[in-house]
Amino acid sequence: MPPRLTLPVNEKRDHILGRPDAPITLVEYGDFECPHCGAAYPVVEQLRKEVGSRLRFVYRHFPMTQIHPHAELAAEAAEAAGSHRKFWQMHDMLFTHQDALDEAHIADYAVEIGLALKPFLGALASHVHAARVREDFMSGARSGVNGTPTFFINDVRYDGPSDLDSLLDAVDVAPGIRR
Amino acid sequence: MPLSPGTVAPDFSLPTTPDQRVSLQDFRGHPVILAFYPADWSPVCGDQMALYNELLPEFQRFHAALLGISVDGPWCHVAFSKDRKLRFPLLSDFEPKGAVAKSYSAYRNQDGFSERALFVIDAKGVIRWSYVSPVGVNPGAEGILTALESFASPQEIDHAAATHAPGQ
Repeated sequence: MPPRLTLPVNEKRDHILGRPDAPITLVEYGDFECPHCGAAYPVVEQLRKEVGSRLRFVYRHFPMTQIHPHAELAAEAAEAAGSHRKFWQMHDMLFTHQDALDEAHIADYAVEIGLALKPFLGALASHVHAARVREDFMSGARSGVNGTPTFFINDVRYDGPSDLDSLLDAVDVAPGIRR
Repeated sequence: MPLSPGTVAPDFSLPTTPDQRVSLQDFRGHPVILAFYPADWSPVCGDQMALYNELLPEFQRFHAALLGISVDGPWCHVAFSKDRKLRFPLLSDFEPKGAVAKSYSAYRNQDGFSERALFVIDAKGVIRWSYVSPVGVNPGAEGILTALESFASPQEIDHAAATHAPGQ
């Protein structure tokens, strides 16, 4: 049996797109600098469109900081944006600009999505959100996340390919689904 | 079957670079994580080692040392380690080939490389947990962390220091 999610999805804690009562919950452990996660980004967008309100999507951080030098900064930037209710805007910016994730570019994205620059940069400089990113990371390590992206469908790790058809098939047969 | 919990971990001394050797004895007094893996460069090993590299601060909370072991030669390890920016030693079980893996009952005679086997050894040199994963499957870190927790007490982690260690 594939491993299960050890830190349950929590409406207060997690970054979530979709309704709390959606029958399918897709959790991604991702790294903004990881090319495979970049490739999965439009797939998840499309999946959300096709499955609609039956799906809620949760994103958690799993930065591989030793191979991706900007991954930690990007994760903290998303959290900093999140503290101003703009997590998803930053998430989208980062995944669509994976080749430019240094601080200067990330500052541009912050301005573009309407964040006040000074407190944003201050939060990055003092690593206010490092503990949260680490908590996500460790929750992944304890749940069988081996690399990125790793998906969980209704709390069970999904070990299949990350293309749209495979994911559509997988969410269709996810445990606890009412069709 | 790999050597089981309760067994004294067989000692070894293996090269980690062309002019440096590491022995298990060097780590007496600290827990040791031995990660046998089939080969440098193969995709699953890379992910597995990258994951452990990322989790080093977590292992260090238990004062645990992590050693990767494969039958690759030291020059190969140096290149692999540099490419993946690994911050823990890789040991060469190269001559006689696979001897250490054999002493842990973690060698695949039919393939000529080690199993993807994990051993967690306590500060006194006794194996406390062992696990063999299917060769193509990344075993992750959950088992290692659970094993460490079962006998060692972790230090509080300084998140900022852990994720922003110098040299990154």
